[in-house]
Amino acid sequence: MNPFTYARAIDTSDAVRQGRAAGVKYLGGGTNLVDLMRETIERPASLVDVTGLSREIEELPGGGLLIGAGVRNTALAENRLVRQRYPLLTRAVVSGASAQIRNMATVGGNVLQRTRCAYFYDGAGSHCNKRDPGSGCDAIDGFNRNHAILGASTSCAAVHPSDMCVALAALDAVVHLRGDGGEHQIALADLHRLPGDRPDIETMLEPGELITAIELPALSATSRSTYRKVRDRSSYAFALVSVAAVLEVEDGHVRDVRIALGGVAHKPWRAARAEAVLRGGPAAPLAFATAADAELAEARPLSGNAFKIELARRTMIAVLEELAGEIA
Amino acid sequence: MIMTVNGKAAEIPRDPRVSLLDFLREHLHLSGTKKGCDQGACGACTVLVDGERVLSCLSLAVQFEGRSVTTIEGLGAPGRLHPLQQAFVEHDGFQCGYCTPGQICSAIGMAEEIARGVPSHVTTDLGDEGIELSHDELRERMSGNLCRCGAYNGIVAAIAETFAAERLAEAAE
Repeated sequence: MNPFTYARAIDTSDAVRQGRAAGVKYLGGGTNLVDLMRETIERPASLVDVTGLSREIEELPGGGLLIGAGVRNTALAENRLVRQRYPLLTRAVVSGASAQIRNMATVGGNVLQRTRCAYFYDGAGSHCNKRDPGSGCDAIDGFNRNHAILGASTSCAAVHPSDMCVALAALDAVVHLRGDGGEHQIALADLHRLPGDRPDIETMLEPGELITAIELPALSATSRSTYRKVRDRSSYAFALVSVAAVLEVEDGHVRDVRIALGGVAHKPWRAARAEAVLRGGPAAPLAFATAADAELAEARPLSGNAFKIELARRTMIAVLEELAGEIA
Repeated sequence: MIMTVNGKAAEIPRDPRVSLLDFLREHLHLSGTKKGCDQGACGACTVLVDGERVLSCLSLAVQFEGRSVTTIEGLGAPGRLHPLQQAFVEHDGFQCGYCTPGQICSAIGMAEEIARGVPSHVTTDLGDEGIELSHDELRERMSGNLCRCGAYNGIVAAIAETFAAERLAEAAE
């Protein structure tokens, strides 16, 4: 690990003030950043520890929640209001990592965790445009079973590893940011970038900007939601494909639907095409299949991951059928 | 800067690169906590911080100022084993023993999470306050601790027996 300085922020203003300097990284639970620093893939000059900040989950007028960025994953998953109002979020969080890691990891850090692409991690032996811009991508023609089928580029086919973010994308979550220019907000679905020709730039965050909270808009009381994750082993593995979905049905027709996919793209993938097919139409198996096909029409497999297209299709259909069945 | 380790004050190292795991093993010579993968994949380095299980390999010691850390050395010792240590012996919950300190610290943290009603991936009803430590719940909740000897059956039996006995004792009080 390269040498660095460490300081604990006393409040958000202090964190952002310290975050102005070059080479600063904010430290949450450290479950990803410390690992990347040990691999010398991340080489910050200083760490500003923000784990003591923003640790509340507040109710908002109208039924939404404001989740502090410093809330630990376990605290988020076990929160009574989250379990009642956003069961898919609890389901997503507890399907990620291990209990020990969930006790450490923060909400803000979870959003900003980096890909587990093996070539990204292999600093000594592999080309990676994300780690070393312009050096090439060994995944495109390499072992790419876990890689992206949607939105990838010739520069990068890495996937975003978070489960929590997939649920947040389906919930229309809003990310609260604080930087030199003050506070602003961005939809979670717009926070992460597709790789394009700059896969090293992963989010829309400005240098020094700090995630302070995640806002969850209220869900309709008649909607149903869940999160389903498909992986190589039954626990403690990243998703091959995951689906977060919210479905509201009225008189057999889809009144509202929100679908997001994990494990398939460089960002949590909001399935807007599938939603457009479904909205206002019948909540029926044929429509679910048509919607899944519409979303995956743009999917482009690599040499080792064509199975993900069919897996994503079937998982989307299964989740929608499960939710429609609960409502019926 | 001070943290508490097994009830004793310990001076935190100045170099922020020192992980909690290396601090325990190399500075305090508490070698019960094991370095398996050193990248958060195996759980061998699991310790309890203020009663919560965490991975000491992914923790920087400097983050734990004022916190209370419990390692396997703080749970029991020869002649006065923790009930879960005794159960691991009786149920053959290990072969080589390398994962055992992490398994035991993890299981103690898990029991606290169950008591608090923290749901898991296999919990059917998220509204459920009193989660039973079923076979499926136990295995899912312990999935962050790998055992390359494959002593899982003994590990599960030892944990299930110990915490079932604790619950009976609590119910009797």
